[in-house]
Amino acid sequence: MNEIVLTADSILKKFPGVIALNGVSFDIRAGEVHALMGENGAGKSTLMKVLSGIYNPDEGAIHHRGKKVIVKTPKEARELGILLVHQELSLSPELSAAENIYLGDWPTNWFGIVNKRKMNAAAKTALDELGCNFGPEVLVRNLSIAKQQMVEIARTLVFNANVVIFDEPTGTLTTTEKDQLFEVVRSLRKKGVAIVYISHKMDEIFEIADRITVLRDGEVQCTVNTCESTIGEITNRMIGRDLDQYFHRAKSEIGNQLLSVNKLTIRGFFKDVSFSVRSGEVVGLYGLIGAGRSEVAETLFGVRRQDSGEIIFNKQKVSFSSPKQAIEKGMALVPEDRKSQGLILGMGGRHNMTLPHLSLYSNMGVPNVENELQIFEDYKTKLEIKTTGPEQMLSDLSGGNQQKLVLAKWLCANPKLIILDEPTRGVDVGSKSAIHQYIATLAEQGLAVIVISSEMPEVIGVSHRILTMAEGRLVGEYTGKEMTEENLIAAVSGLTTA
Amino acid sequence: MSNTVGMKKDSAAKIMTSIKSSSLSILRIIREQHIWVFLFICMVVFSLASPYFFTLNNIGNVLTQGSFIGFLAVGMTLVMLNGEIDLSVGATLALSSALAIGLQESIGIWPAILVALLSGAFFGFINGALVALSGIHSFIITLGSLMGIRGIVFIFTGEEALMTSDYSYTEYPEIYIGPVSLTAMIFFGFALFFQWILSKTRHGLETYAVGDNEKSAHEAGIRVRRHKVINFTLCGLLAGVAGVLLSMRLGTAEPNAARIWELWTIIAVVLGGTRLTGGYGSMWKTVGGVITLAALLNGLRLLNTPNYIELIVMGTVLVLALILDKTLTSSQSR
Repeated sequence: MNEIVLTADSILKKFPGVIALNGVSFDIRAGEVHALMGENGAGKSTLMKVLSGIYNPDEGAIHHRGKKVIVKTPKEARELGILLVHQELSLSPELSAAENIYLGDWPTNWFGIVNKRKMNAAAKTALDELGCNFGPEVLVRNLSIAKQQMVEIARTLVFNANVVIFDEPTGTLTTTEKDQLFEVVRSLRKKGVAIVYISHKMDEIFEIADRITVLRDGEVQCTVNTCESTIGEITNRMIGRDLDQYFHRAKSEIGNQLLSVNKLTIRGFFKDVSFSVRSGEVVGLYGLIGAGRSEVAETLFGVRRQDSGEIIFNKQKVSFSSPKQAIEKGMALVPEDRKSQGLILGMGGRHNMTLPHLSLYSNMGVPNVENELQIFEDYKTKLEIKTTGPEQMLSDLSGGNQQKLVLAKWLCANPKLIILDEPTRGVDVGSKSAIHQYIATLAEQGLAVIVISSEMPEVIGVSHRILTMAEGRLVGEYTGKEMTEENLIAAVSGLTTA
Repeated sequence: MSNTVGMKKDSAAKIMTSIKSSSLSILRIIREQHIWVFLFICMVVFSLASPYFFTLNNIGNVLTQGSFIGFLAVGMTLVMLNGEIDLSVGATLALSSALAIGLQESIGIWPAILVALLSGAFFGFINGALVALSGIHSFIITLGSLMGIRGIVFIFTGEEALMTSDYSYTEYPEIYIGPVSLTAMIFFGFALFFQWILSKTRHGLETYAVGDNEKSAHEAGIRVRRHKVINFTLCGLLAGVAGVLLSMRLGTAEPNAARIWELWTIIAVVLGGTRLTGGYGSMWKTVGGVITLAALLNGLRLLNTPNYIELIVMGTVLVLALILDKTLTSSQSR
């Protein structure tokens, strides 16, 4: 057994309304790849941010090479040799690769002049070691995502990292790019670097990791050696509850075909996507981030224009050129990122709910406040929204209640089809369950529902039928007993490993 | 035989690609420094329209007139690259020009100039410190200091124009090399110096890093606040320099001097191609923007354009230049 490089000891981290990490203990050895797994919101990213100095823990201690350390800033973490390769790459696009690699520690003489030649030479050595085919002087904005990631990894080489944390590094990479990344990870491991590897993709974890730690709701469920474990065991640990009891599948009568999509294509995003949805039906759309799910939804809703293919909605061939038309025909899309796309946080609940369909609640262009208030109270009770009143600013509400409001906002236009993109992301367990229950109620009332989610248990729990997407293509369709985690994983990773 | 033909074809192809690549790099330079192309077009148009425009004397005039906005623009570029903005530069200029003239009888010319310069740096520092410590957007902070500093100017001058009693004071900047005045030379000196700072020193490069992606800069351990304070201080100091030189040129200091110059300054910087939100731009662009603005104003005046037409033309030009910039950058990213 190799030496333990970094230990987290009973880390507690609270955010307003949530305990993100509840007494998490965790250790990493030199020369191992330690995978960290868990559902969205399980606390993986929070833990990594604590270790790399971006967040400070409320309680608990971090030990580095046996010594207790307090890591207050990313810079202090870097000085200890702990570096994070971000999930969403965080480079400066207008600076060169070398300048990004050395960001925060540019070599200067006593006059403050940056020694670019020295910096470029050292950066080139690091990039060459990683097998990169671009020079240190190229601007980062001209690099692909995979190459930008290599720039971030080069940082770990020049700062001589002894702990490298990869936060979902393969989310947007192609298969070859992934293989190159794994080469790099293996060579780092060989050099004795301790590696933490966060990912959702089971097959990747079992390919690269030596040990696996599973987190759920901010607590460690288990730490196992990869060779002694199975995908099934890890999955159970991640979910840790009986799905049928936890989720609410609609017991609705499936009606007529409402939406039918035929060979829908937008070049560069998705290709030949065909499926149909009937009223009263909940259809799950599962796939990894970047598979093209959201883009398909946006095309249905008129945000994007398809290159080819047709959409038949409510027995009519449609091609919406704006969301407004889609709303008028009875479609609703609850977007993935509610802060930037769904809500105006500086306004109250009443305004947010009726804003997209003010014409329904107005006389001669003036909103009828009584109508609005009635609608607000109506959905407040139906969805159990916790707010002090119709005017309370949404920025003061919790994520779960905000999400319920987004839902309410689209429901008060009485749509026939509602598309929910990641309806429970960043939402606490209680609100999740309320939202799931409401999805079932909607379907039972005869609405057609499409749920896009990267949380497997959620898709399986609420859907009547599941479509899987990978790399812009529809790769599978499952109903009833076929809707298992194993099938879904096989479907979406089948293409990525082949 | 066929072999030599093949070789000829080869070398011909090589030449073609080298021509292609060099014309590509010229295109790239034009894209990145489009302001100079724009300036060139303006020069041609005005030269055709007025016989007085393209004379040595007039070019010198344009440069000197442009220099005052130029000092402010150099400072504004530093602040803007950092992702901030400084609206108080016009007021700061007025204050330092009032101090330089108002204090010279009691403490002498050079000490008065020193106080004037320091007042600029001081208010720049205050701006920077407030922005860095409060986290409030610099637009708001410097809007406040714009009004506050202008108020101080009115109190100091007693709402009247101050005049120098020592006429030699107005002769200090009357040094020329050819048609280029000392003021213009100082402006170019500063532009050159700060371009060097930006492209070579740690402070300069980190200024770009902060403006480009403040979060990643902070996480990399760059002292974001310190860079901002330094740049605001430099911006104030440069406004002070402009104030002193303007007071020398005019011999008077009006309380209303340099009103809305902050807007002309922003226009010059943005016209040059520096990004309003930070992280991209250079002093070369700003110099181009400043000269273009000055040439436009000068040309329109030579043609006896009425003041309001002048404003309409300037506004149109600004919008056109930015549309050009936008199309060029988006065609580049494709």
